[in-house]
Amino acid sequence: MAETKTAYERVQAARNGKRPMGSYYIEHMIDDFVELHGDRRFGDDAAIVAGIGTLNRIPVTVIAMERGDTIEERMKRNFGCPEPEGYRKALRLMKEAEKFRRPIICFIGSSGAYCGIEAEERGQGLAIAENLYEMMGMKTPIISVVVGEGGSGGALALGVCDTAIMLENAVYSVISPEGCASILWKDSAKAPEAAEHLRLTSYDLLQFDVIEKLIPESGKTDREICSELKTVLLEEIQKLSALSPEALLEHRYAKFRKIGA
Amino acid sequence: MSTFRNIIQAITGTDEQPPRTCKKCGTEIPYSDYIANHCICPECGTYFRMRAVERLDATVDPGSFQEIDKKLRSKDPIKFPDYSQKLDKAEKASGLNEGVVCGTAQISGMDCGIFVMDSAFMMGSMGTVVGEKITRIIEKSTELHLPVIGFITSGGARMQEGIFSLMQMAKVSGAVKRHSEAGLLYIAVLTDPTTGGITASFAMQGDIIIAEPKALIGFAGQRVIEQTTGEKLPAGFQRAEFQLEHGFVDLIEERPRMTYTLAKLLKLHQAK
Repeated sequence: MAETKTAYERVQAARNGKRPMGSYYIEHMIDDFVELHGDRRFGDDAAIVAGIGTLNRIPVTVIAMERGDTIEERMKRNFGCPEPEGYRKALRLMKEAEKFRRPIICFIGSSGAYCGIEAEERGQGLAIAENLYEMMGMKTPIISVVVGEGGSGGALALGVCDTAIMLENAVYSVISPEGCASILWKDSAKAPEAAEHLRLTSYDLLQFDVIEKLIPESGKTDREICSELKTVLLEEIQKLSALSPEALLEHRYAKFRKIGA
Repeated sequence: MSTFRNIIQAITGTDEQPPRTCKKCGTEIPYSDYIANHCICPECGTYFRMRAVERLDATVDPGSFQEIDKKLRSKDPIKFPDYSQKLDKAEKASGLNEGVVCGTAQISGMDCGIFVMDSAFMMGSMGTVVGEKITRIIEKSTELHLPVIGFITSGGARMQEGIFSLMQMAKVSGAVKRHSEAGLLYIAVLTDPTTGGITASFAMQGDIIIAEPKALIGFAGQRVIEQTTGEKLPAGFQRAEFQLEHGFVDLIEERPRMTYTLAKLLKLHQAK
């Protein structure tokens, strides 16, 4: 597969305001979707859309980051940056999925977990930590798809999975290129250079064995990409559903265990 | 006398430890007084950031510590600019091969697995080796059926190893989960500073979470929050006392009593 874009061009593509986020995939891929709200602790976070529906008649739980299209919606959805309640809603509904042995599909696309005073007061770190911990033991298949910007721990909180998929122009990184550049060179304008060094493209992560699948985008419409992703998701669900819960967890543990071993 | 005297000497390369100077009040403290006072300023009570060896020395039974994976050194998995040089510099400055020291030990005669992070090595940041070493001591403890004590201090995931650092958060979480499912105790002791991806993973996964007084504990960096929100941060924001008040740590323990409290908790979990 040919690399035709620079790393930073992919970062820009991943962040593009017109790029489809979680809701788009729910709308075009999932039938009979019922959105479910709230973490049953404090509130409902609109930066994460979650619910149950079917993928080719297979019931699935979907957890999707969403930033919104209009400015009003973006305000409401906090520009796609989840608060602790978003992660807790995700975990609550993942547990519900586990109870009914239903596969979980996570759509990731956010600059990161929200950095705010109240988010800290309500345990942003704990919320992410609990997701990582619980997802490692979730006895049902989890497939995570990075569709936009995979921003650090806030992305990983929906990224502990059996199969990790990235769209070609999605990125996934420990730190934003701007953050990296301002630490390294005290100059966030050098983000394009930092983006190259961080190795955050889908091609990099496939090469590193951190993700399993890459969905090419060039020359395709959003609908075509969505349709190809759907095919891959169905294949993966079929493959993972054949595993016993024990084999599934062993496989998931091994997938992360080997990274940097 | 310190059981880790030799190690401390090896780190500094001298027999005589230089005195420490308190950053807050400027008091110069002879090293023997500094150790005797648990690395706390005798004048103003400021907690210094303890080195891993000092922490082990203050915590575990003399001669009981058996280090594992001492020689593991970081590679440069994404060939990040200047990272190799940074690692060399950190090794020289800290006398360690990486930002965490792991092994088995006894506390008041009770066996445990222990990992102690050291902020002198690139702020205790977690790259692949820190993640791997912590994973291994937790796995080993699961296998040997031992509780785990983790002394945590870290600036977060290490930028220079990119996505590999981020994935260590998941890897360690998996090991903690398995250890827990084996019915074993994990105590996380959060010391100054505990931030970023560490707070968002194993720092917050302890059965019991203890914090040192005034330690900075949080997910997002304070400057980032100020820039994002344009708000001024309240006094004491993200300090140990703030985390206790908001319900995220079980207790705050003063350093001179830490070993006693750990021993008590270990004992309580042994009792049938």
